[in-house]
Formats: sequence, C-alpha cells, structure tokens
Amino acid sequence: MNTQSKIILSLNKNIIIQAIKDSFKKLNPKTQLKNPVMFLVFVGAILTSVIFLKNSFNGQFSGFNMQIALWLWFTVLFANFAEAVSEGRGKAQAESLRKSKTNTKARKLVNSKEEIVYATELKVNDLVVCETGDIIPGDGEVVEGISSVDESAITGESAPVIRESGGDRSAVTGGTKVISDRIVIKITSEQGNTFLDRMIALVEGAKRQKTPNEIALTILLSGLSIVFLLAVVTLKPFAIYSEIASGFKGNSPVTITILIALLVCLIPTTIGGLLSAIGISGMDRLVKRNILAKSGKAVEAAGDIDVLLLDKTGTITLGNRQVTAFLPLKHISVVKLAEAAQLSSLADETPEGRSIVVLAKETYGLRGINITEKDAKFIPFSAQTKMSGVDLRANGDGAERRIRKGAADAIKNYIESLGEEYPTEISQIVNEVAQQGSTPLVVAENGKVLGVIHLKDIVKGGIKERFEQLRKMGIKTIMITGDNPLTAVSIAAEAGVDDYISEAKPEDKLKRIREEQAKGHLIAMIGDGTNDAPALAQADVGVAMNTGTQAAREAGNMVDLDSNPTKLIEVVEIGKQLLMTRGALTTFSIANDIAKYFAIIPAIFASLYAVGGAKGPLSVLNLMGLVTPESAILSAVIFNALIIIALIPLALKGVAYRPMGAAAVLKRNLWIYGFGGLIVPFIGIKLIDIMINFLRFV
Amino acid sequence: MTILEIIQVILFIAVLIALTPPLGKFMAKVFNGEKNIMKPVFGGLENLIYKLSGIKAEEEMKWTTYTWSLLLFNLIGFIVVWLLQAFQHSLPINPQGLPNVTPALGFNTAVSFMTNTNWQSYAGETTLSYFVQMLGLTVQNFVSAATGIAVVVALTRGIIRKTANSIGNFWVDLVRSTLYILIPLSILLAVILVSQGVVQTYSSYANTTTLEGHSQVIPLGPAASQIAIKQLGTNGGGFFNANSAFPYENPTPFTNFLEMLSILLIPAALTYTYGKMVGSTKQGWAIFGAMMFLFIIALSVSLFAEYSHNATFNTSGLMEGKETRFGITNSVIWSTATTSASNGSVNAMHDSLSPLAGMVAMLNMMLGEIIFGGVGAGLYGLLIFVILTVFIAGLMVGRTPEYLGKKIQAFEVKMAMVAVLAPAFIILVFSAISSVIQQGLTSLNNAGPHGLSEILYDFSSAAGNNGSAFAGLNANTDFYNILMGIGMLVGRFGVIIPVLAIAGSMVKKKTSPYSAGIFQTDTVLFIGLLTAIILIVGALTFFPALSLGPVVEHLLMNAGRLF
Repeated sequence: MNTQSKIILSLNKNIIIQAIKDSFKKLNPKTQLKNPVMFLVFVGAILTSVIFLKNSFNGQFSGFNMQIALWLWFTVLFANFAEAVSEGRGKAQAESLRKSKTNTKARKLVNSKEEIVYATELKVNDLVVCETGDIIPGDGEVVEGISSVDESAITGESAPVIRESGGDRSAVTGGTKVISDRIVIKITSEQGNTFLDRMIALVEGAKRQKTPNEIALTILLSGLSIVFLLAVVTLKPFAIYSEIASGFKGNSPVTITILIALLVCLIPTTIGGLLSAIGISGMDRLVKRNILAKSGKAVEAAGDIDVLLLDKTGTITLGNRQVTAFLPLKHISVVKLAEAAQLSSLADETPEGRSIVVLAKETYGLRGINITEKDAKFIPFSAQTKMSGVDLRANGDGAERRIRKGAADAIKNYIESLGEEYPTEISQIVNEVAQQGSTPLVVAENGKVLGVIHLKDIVKGGIKERFEQLRKMGIKTIMITGDNPLTAVSIAAEAGVDDYISEAKPEDKLKRIREEQAKGHLIAMIGDGTNDAPALAQADVGVAMNTGTQAAREAGNMVDLDSNPTKLIEVVEIGKQLLMTRGALTTFSIANDIAKYFAIIPAIFASLYAVGGAKGPLSVLNLMGLVTPESAILSAVIFNALIIIALIPLALKGVAYRPMGAAAVLKRNLWIYGFGGLIVPFIGIKLIDIMINFLRFV
Repeated sequence: MTILEIIQVILFIAVLIALTPPLGKFMAKVFNGEKNIMKPVFGGLENLIYKLSGIKAEEEMKWTTYTWSLLLFNLIGFIVVWLLQAFQHSLPINPQGLPNVTPALGFNTAVSFMTNTNWQSYAGETTLSYFVQMLGLTVQNFVSAATGIAVVVALTRGIIRKTANSIGNFWVDLVRSTLYILIPLSILLAVILVSQGVVQTYSSYANTTTLEGHSQVIPLGPAASQIAIKQLGTNGGGFFNANSAFPYENPTPFTNFLEMLSILLIPAALTYTYGKMVGSTKQGWAIFGAMMFLFIIALSVSLFAEYSHNATFNTSGLMEGKETRFGITNSVIWSTATTSASNGSVNAMHDSLSPLAGMVAMLNMMLGEIIFGGVGAGLYGLLIFVILTVFIAGLMVGRTPEYLGKKIQAFEVKMAMVAVLAPAFIILVFSAISSVIQQGLTSLNNAGPHGLSEILYDFSSAAGNNGSAFAGLNANTDFYNILMGIGMLVGRFGVIIPVLAIAGSMVKKKTSPYSAGIFQTDTVLFIGLLTAIILIVGALTFFPALSLGPVVEHLLMNAGRLF
C-alpha cells in the first residue's frame, strides 16, 4: 500500500472534526430508531430535558436533573461519534475514489469506426477502444490486444499491471488508466453499477446492511433492554408500596429522572453504542489490507470458515519454481540435455524458464546461441498440450531440431503420437524427482527423450507454522495443485496442510466444496480464472483476485486488490476478530450492570425504613461508599457515557487476536472482558464520585 | 447443623445422582421407541389407545402441528376440569356433599392443574369432592407432566435431527411418557407410601372424639395415589390443605425422604436422557452439573439463613412454621427442592422461612424454574439459557455461535428472549399492580417488606408454574384468582410455544462437524458460564424488587424489626 492511502486511512484531525459534526447530524430520530438500545437513551434524554425545563420554568431549577439530562445527551452523542468515526475512514477513501470517476469520454466502436461518446452513455456489450493515456470508461473485458494499465486509483498500487485478451487477466476496471498500447474492451457492467461505484458505496457504508449475527445480537440487546425496562418501570409501584409501608414522608426520591438514569445505566449501551462501529471497522480493516468485501455478511462468514481451499502456487509455495539439476538418461550427456533445455526456454519469460537458462549458462558455460526469428519458432505453453518448446531451422536450412519440454505424461503422449518409444528409465527419474516434492519436466528432441529438468517448488517460509495455528483454531487446510499425486503429497507434507487435491481441474474445486458443505463445513477459497467462477460462487467465502477475470470478480464475495492468495488467512482472522469484539463488548456491558445496581439501588432507597436521622438499612449495599445519593447516580451515568468513548479504539481496532483453540480464547476473553467488566465500573464509578464531589457538582 | 443433618443432605444428593443414569437411560429408550422393560406390560395398551383414538404413531409432525395438538389437548383438559368443578354437587363420589365451585376459583384451579402449577386457592378437603380430585386433578397431574416431557423431547429432536422438518408426534410422546414413565413410577411410590401409612380410601371423613372430649373431623380420601404423582410430576397440589406437612400425606421420615427425592427424580434423570439422545452423556451431565451447582448454592444459602444466630429471638434455628417431626434441615431441603423444581408441595410453611431463605425460594422460581425444574419444563427452560449462554460466549470465540453443531441465529435468540421475558413480565408487572391497588393489598396478612415478599412470591409461583405459596396472602379472591390464572397461562405457554418454535427452526438446520474452533458445551468452564449467566440475568431482572422485599426485611430483622 502506498503512503497516500495510508494517510487517507489513518485517523486524522479532519476525520474527527467531521465525525463530531456527524454525531449531531445523527440525532435525527429516524437514524436513532435503527438502534433500539440507543433509541431508548435518546427518548430518555428528551424526557429528562423536558422535565428539567418544565421544572426550571416553574422556578424549581435542579442542577442534578440538568446534569443527568446533559450526560444522557452525551451518551447518545458518544455512540453517534463512535459510528461516525468508523465511517470517517471509509468516507475519506470514497472521496479519493470519486476523483477517478470523472466523466470521461469514450471511443466507442460502431461498425469498426470510432465514435466519441460520453462514458455515461455506454451500454453493456458496447465495444470501446483505449490507447496510451486513455482512462478506461467502464468495467469490461479486453477482447483484443494487450496493454499495461495503471490501477493505482483503486488498488493504491503504483506499479502497472498487464491486461490482455483471453486468459485470466482480461478484466479491466472503469476509472483506471491505460499507459501503453491499444486494447479493445467489451463493456460488461452498466453505468452506476460499476466496480468503482460499488466500491464507493461499500467503503462509505452507504448501503450497509446488518449482518446475521448483528441482527441476532440486536435482538438479544433489545430483549435485555425490555427486561430492564420492566425492572425499572415496576420499581416505581414497589417504591410507592415501600414508602407507604415504612411511613416515609416527603418527596419520593424515586423520580422519573432517576428512573430514566437507572434504566440507561442498565441497558447495554456500551455494546449498543459501539455495535455499528465494530461492524464498519471490520470492513475497514479489510479495506486497509486492500480487500473489498461485497457485504458485511461475507466478513462475518469468514469467521465461521473451517475449511480453507488454497492454491498451492503463490499461497503455499513461492510460485516461481527453480531448476536445481538436469538429470539426463544414461546414454545422454548432461551438457546436451542442458543445452536443449536452455534452447527451449529462451523465449520463456517465467521465473522457472529463466532459471533454466541461467543454470545452463552458469554450470555448463552455455551461452544461449543467438537465435533469430528466422530459424526458430517458439511453441508457447498451452493448457491443452501442457508442453512448450522450440522448432529450430524448421524451414529446412540445416538439421532440424524440434525440442519439447513438459509434464511427463504430456511428453509421453507426444512421443507416442510420433510413433517413438517412451523409455521406462525416464519414468524412474520422474518418480524420484516427484517424490521429493519437486516438479519433473521431461525434455525431448526430435522424438527422443533426453532427460529430466528438476524444478524445485520452494515452500514459503513460516507457512507451516501458519497452518499449525489454523489447525489450533479448528480450520482445515486443503491444498489444490495441478501437480501429480507424488509431488502433491510431498509438498503437502512439507507445508503441513491437512489434505490436498492433486491434478486438480477447476471442476474438482467445485466438487470438493460441495462435498465439504454437505458435511456441514464452511469453505473459503481464492481464485482468479473464469473457470474458478463457479467454485468462487459456491464457496461460503470466495475471494477473487483483482488481476483475474471479470467473471471471477463477479462470482466472489470479496475482491483482493493486491491479488495475494495468502490474504485468505487474514480474511478469516478479521472475520473472527469481528465476532469476538462483539461478544467481548456484550459481556463487558452486561457485567458492568452489577456495579451500577450497587451504586443506584442504595442511593434511591437510602432513607427507606430509616429510623430517626440514621441511614436506612439498604445503605449497606453502598459497597463503593459513594458520598451522596445524587453523586452516586450521577457517577453511574457519567461512567456509562464515558466508557463508550473509552472503548471506541477497541471497537475500531478489534480485540487482540491470537490463533488459539476456542477454549483458550474463551478463557482469555472471559477473564479480560467478563471479570474486567465486573471490576472496572466499581473503580470507575468510585473515582468519578470522588471527582464530582471534589468539584462540588452536586 | 449436626453431623447427622449434614449426612442427610449428602445422602439426598448422592441418591439423586445415583438414580439419574438408570432412569435417564430407560426414558431415552421410551422416547426413541426402543425396547424397554415396561414395553411388555404396557405395549398392548399403548397400541390400543392409538387404535381407539385414531392416532397414527409413525406420523411425524412439523412444529406448528405439534404445538396446535398440544394446545388443543390442554384446552380440552382445562374445560373438563372447569366443568367438573362447576357441576361438582351433581356428580358422584362426593360423600361430603361439597357444593359447586365458583367460576373464578374454578378457572384458577383448572388453569393451575392444566399448567402443572397446582396452585391451590382452595383447601382440598373442604372444596373438592373425591370425584373431582381423581378424575379432574389427578388426570391433569399425569398429563400436564407428560406435556412438559413431550416438549423437551421435541426440542431434543429439533437439536439432533439434521435438515429435517418434523419433531415427532405429540400424541405418541404424551402417551409414552404417561404409560411408561409416570404411571409405573407413581404406582411404585404409591404402594410404598401406603405401606408407610398414607391414606387411600373412598370412605367419608372420620369423626372422632379427642382426649379432651372435643369432636374432630379427620379428613380421609384416596390420597396416596394423588400424592405419588403430585411429587413425581412436579405438580405439588396436595390432597389436603396442609400438603406434605400433614401426617396422612407424609407420615414417616422415610416417606419424607422419598417424597423429597421424587420431586427432583424425573427432572434430574431427564438430563441424562437428553445426553443419551444427543449422543453424548457428557452434554447431559454438563446440564445436570449446572442444575446441581445452582441447587447446592440455593440449599447452602437457605441452610445458612435458617441456622444463623438470630439476635432478635436469641436463637439459632427458627422453628416457626415448621413441622417438628421434620426439623429444619429436612424442611429446608424440601423448600429448596420444591421451589427449584416447580413442584410446589411443601412440608413447612414458606411464609415463615427467614427472609433470606424465603428469598432463595423466590429466586429459585424467578430464575425460570430451571434448577431441575418441572418435569420437562426445567430442562427446556435451562436449554433456553444454554442458547443464550452459547450465543453470548460463542461470539467471543470468533464464530457464529453454535450449540451441538446447530447455529444459533436471530430466530432462536428472539424466541429465547420471549421465553425469558414472558414469566419475568408476569412476576414484575402483576406484582407491581397488586402492590399499589386496593384489591391487591387487602389480601395481605403482613405489613412492610414481608407483604411485598408475599405478593412477589405468589406471582413468581404462578409464572414459574410452581404452585407453592407464601400463605400469608389470601389468594382466594376474584382478583388474585384471575390474575394468577393469567400468570400461570403465560408462564406455561409463553415458554412452551417459543421452545417448540426453536425446535422447529433448529431441526431444519445443518449440523456442522466438531472442530477445535468450536465452543465446547460439556466442560466445567461451560457449566460455570451457564450458571453465571442464569444468576446474572435473574439477579439483574429481580434485584430491585427483591431489595425492597426480602433483602430489606433481612436487614431490618437483624436490626430487631419484624413484620
């Protein structure tokens, strides 16, 4: 991620100022109604204010009532602020995205002639031409040509990427810029529903819908609020009974303002006030890692994942295999094999191709004959033949050489199709190489097998530990590879995955996902190609790489802008962290109530059944030794409001995440948020009580 | 407390633990329709009942059908009991010639016995004929208990079946629980009770002359059969007004022990049945563990309160309201068991318990009658708390909460909250109304906080379908009869309907396989968490009300003020 987006994403002054403004804007009843717990506080704030104003008007000014009303407003504002701050980062990013959505003109192809139209007039299936310097007018598929594209507007990555027709790198995004060559693009999405539009909507949280767990939690919190509403409303008649029974005279201390204060302290405002901030910041944490989740539901589902389908290449291994040895047949010299291998790889720009050229040069001093196009025809690798190679002097000028390299079975088919014999000796070498977890490439020249190139797959450092952690978290990893079973099992063992699918075809992924789902598992996978699209759609969490095809990007429920397959693991962690944060703050919120009861109940019934000037019997419940009934109630209300502000950083960051088993995680979180939630308010309320008595607020 | 008394407590708990697995295993067989020792005895009768009433035993029901069948069956039960009382005078087996019962009292009693509450606004021996007691009340004693068992069995099926639709057949569950479990156990207990001297006769009340020469009427009746089921079915409605404090209901220490044991027997064994049915007895023991843990806490606090030195009376151990034959320990075990288990039978007067012991009895009911609880009702009530615990704690491990592989989602949480809210609403709102209006206050015998306790206790008893009373309140007024009747209905069906809805929703879900990332529900940590959630939810709901009742009464008693 470049520095520019880092600045955008970090909390800055502007965001905070904007968030403060937004906290007031959110005081609109319609907005408040979305959150039942905070709506109760909102109504309470209005009621206490009305009572205070009415009494003041009648000449009964009460500083205590004023402060309660004020702090209830603060409680509402603090919760609004938490939400606004979490939205702030997204808004800032949306702003920068909008800048790339300037209304460009497009060069539309009509009957092979270019016509200049506004990008907004483009329809699905229109063809447009883009050349160096053009902004791509809409999402589409490259149907002709190849070019490098600057996608920094959406990914923040300044290095250009290659986009070409056919294959798995054909998708282009509206708003990005062509920086070389010419491509023809078929438009695939309507204006207003482009990737960029959706991305803006997502990061802004404009269309944010509550996720399933959030809905369930809101129901629980509303239910608890009703319980407390019952407890508080019925307290008035019980108090009336008790005041009559005890012969209490004078004004009842159980006023509506105090009952509202009690209610607000008891209902789960901490989690209620922070709930949407937690959800938004979960999405935000993904955005920070350059992953776009199409819905919050997908983020949450990521936490439930228990099977990860991982492509070997790029995720488990470094992706660029390196040649480590040339293994010729007995009667063939190693130099002859190395030379043939080098020749066949000269046009191969992949890291493994280059490593073959380099090893041949360094070990055997082979300089790579200068071949002109005239006497060489390179055969590129294709998925059908699974071979690549070169035809030298094919036009009859000298001895013709047809060199092929490829997977063992592909070369075997090739050789046998030429009516030649495939030596058994080679199979042994191939097996030996495969058993070491490496990839054997067989080299043949003019229908005769020369030997094997030993390509070693390098397993990423630290990946084994990562999988071990996942296992502890109860997540099974399945490696998908096109390798033969021997190679697959060896890499699987080296990387420590739980299972593997070798010689995998795209439909195998889909099949495996369905099987695992039938057993009740939830599966995540990452993919890029068009043939990954069905599997991405079937998976519970499908992460599409941004470099992939449009079909894949449509099918997945997340897009990884960096196209880094290892991210899948982070996605799962973020999902889990999101759920944990909600659970932890709910527990904290409920545990807090105990201390609040011990602050408020003795305060309001301090003089009940009192004899003479002595304190009433219920004063013994005043465990914290709060100074006066008023200061006790006010302290509880202030604590209740301040704790929301204090926990905003936790809501935005998420609770500390460690890869551990469920039992260990639970114990840890219970200790911190359950037990902590029990103790903290006792200390907090006491300190606030000391403070407000010192400042003589009551 | 003496060593002997401590041994009695331990013996009681040990025998309960020992009987849980065998009875639990037997019941699992009954509900799974497997071979069991009672099959040869009652199998033919079971089939005959199906044949006569046109029940197709193999027909499975969706949760809605199951619920409608249950409600219909209970409605008919209510109407029958109400009519029997309304026309009692014209019906047979009424040797005392007792008159017809008033509509409000009839409503209260019919609801009470249909809902397994057995709240008795009337005095048994002076209000109801043998005929009504047997055909109306005793029948309801059986079927209301069987209804509770059916609900928990249906919920269990909802949890264990994968992506299914149906949760069993209500009629079959009802017939099997009655025939194979309640009837055999009741016969066994009744025979033992008769052998110990509990009366079982159709003759009219005996008239005798006492040593002082006064004449006295001694009530008799077919008591033993009703007492057996009143204990086993967590019904609690005594044949006689003094319930199990009366020698003809509870003559010897042995009958006292058996009657106390049978209060908790089936609810405790059902946890084992549950474990068996879900395929892990550990899950059952975890639930048993949470119940037992709460029971021991309740018992300890009550014993402590009763045996504490009382400065006002300068005594340790309050005997007011207790039967001298049983003493404090056996009265307190009974009071804790009967309020924990929604039984409601008594062998001592709860109104006279010390304030804290009275509060524990009240809290046992307020928590939702889930410490063993009513037969079936206790377990499904506890499972509601399991769902809430799993939801709150499950989020903390970073997954969508699951219980036994089934996801706990919005619908389950909503229904669980309804089930928790319904009884709490009754207790708080009805008590609040009664504590400020004339109709509520005139029934009070005691002033001050104790009066408030009496009101709270009675509505807790109604909402929890317990049926025991703080007898200081005269509840046989139209006001209380009707309010209590509504309370019992809401407390019963306000929980049963959401529970069956949860069963219907869970049964459709996939079961996810076990992994290390899943929150385990059979550990000591879980038992601790579950009890903590139960206590916190209960305490948070009722602390303000209790603080003005028993808490302040206790504090005032220590200061020498009584009410």
